[in-house]
Amino acid sequence: MTQATATSIPPATLAPAPRANVWRSILDTLTIPVLAIFTALVASGLIIAFTAPTVLELLPTFFQQPGVVLGTMWNTVITAYLALFQGAFGDWGAILQAVQTWSSTGDATELWRALRDPFESLVAATPYIFTGLAVAVGFKGGLFNIGVEGQLFAGAIASAWLGFAIDGLPWFIHLPLALFGGIAAGAVWAGIAGLLKATRGVNEVINTIMLNYIMFLLTDWLLSDGGPLRGSAGAPRTPEIYPTAYLPRLLPDPVRFHWGFFLAIGAVFFVYWFLWKTTIGFEVRTVGASPTAAKYAGIAVGRVIVLTMALSGSLAGLGGANELLGLNHYMVAAFSPGYGFDAIALALLGKSNPFGVLASALLFGALRNGATRMQSVASVPVDIISVMQAMIIAFIAAPEIVRWIYRLRAPAQQEREVFARGWGG
Amino acid sequence: MLGMVATSVMRRTTDVAQQRRWISGAVIVALGLLCLWFFALQVPADMVSKYRFSGGGDAIQLPVVELPTSTTNLILAVLLVAVGILHAARGIKNSGVLFGAVAFFLLAIFLTWSIRGQSLNLTGLLESTLIRSIPFLLGALSGIMCERSGIINIAIEGMMLTAAFVSVIVASYFDNLWLGLAAGVASGALISGVHAVFSIRFKVDQIISGTVINIFAVGLTNFLNLRWLTPVQELNDSGTFSKVPLPGLAQIPVLGTVLFNQNILVYAAIVLMFVVNFLLFSTRWGLRTRAVGEHPKAADTLGVNVFRIRYTNVIFAGMLAALGGCFLTLASVGRFDKLMTNGRGFIALAAMIFGNWNPFGAFGASLLFGFMDSLQLKLQILTSVIPSEFLLMAPYLATMIVLAGVVGRVRPPAAEGVPYEKQ
Repeated sequence: MTQATATSIPPATLAPAPRANVWRSILDTLTIPVLAIFTALVASGLIIAFTAPTVLELLPTFFQQPGVVLGTMWNTVITAYLALFQGAFGDWGAILQAVQTWSSTGDATELWRALRDPFESLVAATPYIFTGLAVAVGFKGGLFNIGVEGQLFAGAIASAWLGFAIDGLPWFIHLPLALFGGIAAGAVWAGIAGLLKATRGVNEVINTIMLNYIMFLLTDWLLSDGGPLRGSAGAPRTPEIYPTAYLPRLLPDPVRFHWGFFLAIGAVFFVYWFLWKTTIGFEVRTVGASPTAAKYAGIAVGRVIVLTMALSGSLAGLGGANELLGLNHYMVAAFSPGYGFDAIALALLGKSNPFGVLASALLFGALRNGATRMQSVASVPVDIISVMQAMIIAFIAAPEIVRWIYRLRAPAQQEREVFARGWGG
Repeated sequence: MLGMVATSVMRRTTDVAQQRRWISGAVIVALGLLCLWFFALQVPADMVSKYRFSGGGDAIQLPVVELPTSTTNLILAVLLVAVGILHAARGIKNSGVLFGAVAFFLLAIFLTWSIRGQSLNLTGLLESTLIRSIPFLLGALSGIMCERSGIINIAIEGMMLTAAFVSVIVASYFDNLWLGLAAGVASGALISGVHAVFSIRFKVDQIISGTVINIFAVGLTNFLNLRWLTPVQELNDSGTFSKVPLPGLAQIPVLGTVLFNQNILVYAAIVLMFVVNFLLFSTRWGLRTRAVGEHPKAADTLGVNVFRIRYTNVIFAGMLAALGGCFLTLASVGRFDKLMTNGRGFIALAAMIFGNWNPFGAFGASLLFGFMDSLQLKLQILTSVIPSEFLLMAPYLATMIVLAGVVGRVRPPAAEGVPYEKQ
């Protein structure tokens, strides 16, 4: 576990890309992700079809009535996916009807109710943007931050505490304070792993995994009966935060869309500016491409590693604060359905580019939100989304599979991004 | 000139080693003094800790040992201080021995203090320690098999979870535990086969491949659990392997109850530990595995088939992890619950690192973590100042400390995580 750095330098990541037709290159970049998503949707459809109880009952009679069986399977999948897409992008028939009601009677209640679903997709996308950026920043700096989920928890807890423990502040002090509390907590929690890597050469993957579980247990303790942050309600959660710390909602009830979304968009631009327009961002990317080269170029690799981890953690922490201050207004252990773990898929899908992450996060938010409706309408459990995401990562990480399925030719120059370099550091 | 450099380097390394020894020795002495003050001197002199060794139904009833809490802890704390001084002065070379001794004294002091004025069935505690350490051991053995051949395995959790699910559903459907066990182990082989193909054939980053498997396993088992097991409860009732007392040996007091009156999977796990150790360090195949894990190119030059070794090891590793998953269902509760592995795969990973990629070391770590696990359950009943969550944290914290090189030093196989490209 010495601080030996990897000797393999991927030359392609440093070489300037040849000038080619812009559209052609955009098409090339999009082929694999789009096909990966499509293949994952098809494969998940097959899983939905073959596990449905109605289909399983009919399956033994397949050779007597193949049409009926295939028809049932088709119906199962179509019902599920229709509910998924309606949940994700809204029921446009209902929306148009609500617009008519509104224009004729002036009553907008129906309209806001119909618009809830599409906006809810943006609400679900918001934490994904933060956590996806967190993983992406790590990747760019050659670090694999698996601990985003724990850092998300750290941020949420810190902002919850600042939100309910301090009373009497005006909102323009209280809200930023709570947000910065989340940022700082996430940065510290990730920074531990960064510091251990920089000073002791310990691989960040294993430490962030351990820090995740420590944070989950810490949360359990803080919220347990008699724990320091336990509220007066009968459930394991903190007291509600004061309204001065709320991230305000933008639209009337029941639409939950809040300012956090714009914070997330801001974070996307910030990360882009930081990585590509600042000297320190250049250093981060250089260390990510080759720590050895960075060292010989006079970059303080250890310092950059700590900084990258801290930045990654602060984005995750801000994501946690955003969920807490914008949506729940109190801390519960169940506030995240695994945003930090799905973020790995996001960052890979978005090729660690902030705008790619944004696009993937919007997609994942829509899927996650639609899946809730799919569960209630078509009784297909939401967890199929995790299966889908796992498959998307697999196909993105091993594009050969996708190329093999669709008989695509391999690109001329193979560019392989290095994510992690074993346990050794 | 060169000689001078060499001596100065040597002197520097010995200096550093001595300094590290001084620091860790001082830490141990400080811990001992802290224990002395809090767990011994702060306790009223008339308090008694009672250790029982027999359950109510045992044939041979052993006497209850009554220890004066304060005096006992005084002696234990002084011994701990002595260990620290010995380490600082002479240096205890074997870090396993050092760590074991410190852990033993700390836990003994803490336990004696926790049960002051009450009594505790120590045999029961040790029995549950062994049972709880078995999934950690099997998971750690899986990690060792995989990583010794140079493939990182963070998918132990996912493999365990999948096998837990498959074993229950098959065992319930066919009403046959052995069939469930076979199916569970086969599912582990299948999943680790995917890991192998991804990391060896497609050269996917092994951590990403492991993450994919973990996310996939969580998603699929949750999905199928809601779809199949929730509506049809009969599919989620497998029954469990019953205890097989070894004739003669099981009658030995304490030891017999702890070691020789367990179910078949406990014995299997212990035997597998010896088997894996023998395979790795005493067979040609083990030598090849380690060579592939340290320097695949050199092994390849000598005619070892790197890919074949890696495929076999990864798939065998998956079967071991799966056995750990089956243990959680078929040998414990007899049913599947959502996310029932609950981080055990990662504790197993910690045990593997803690045991320095050695089967016996990993078993020691598993026992320690298993003891913590059963202790926190016991302490929820007894009154304790330390919340159970902090005891549960111990494996994770200990791993971070060991990795940072504060106590002892661990070294992973050199070629880990690097896909092998044949030239």
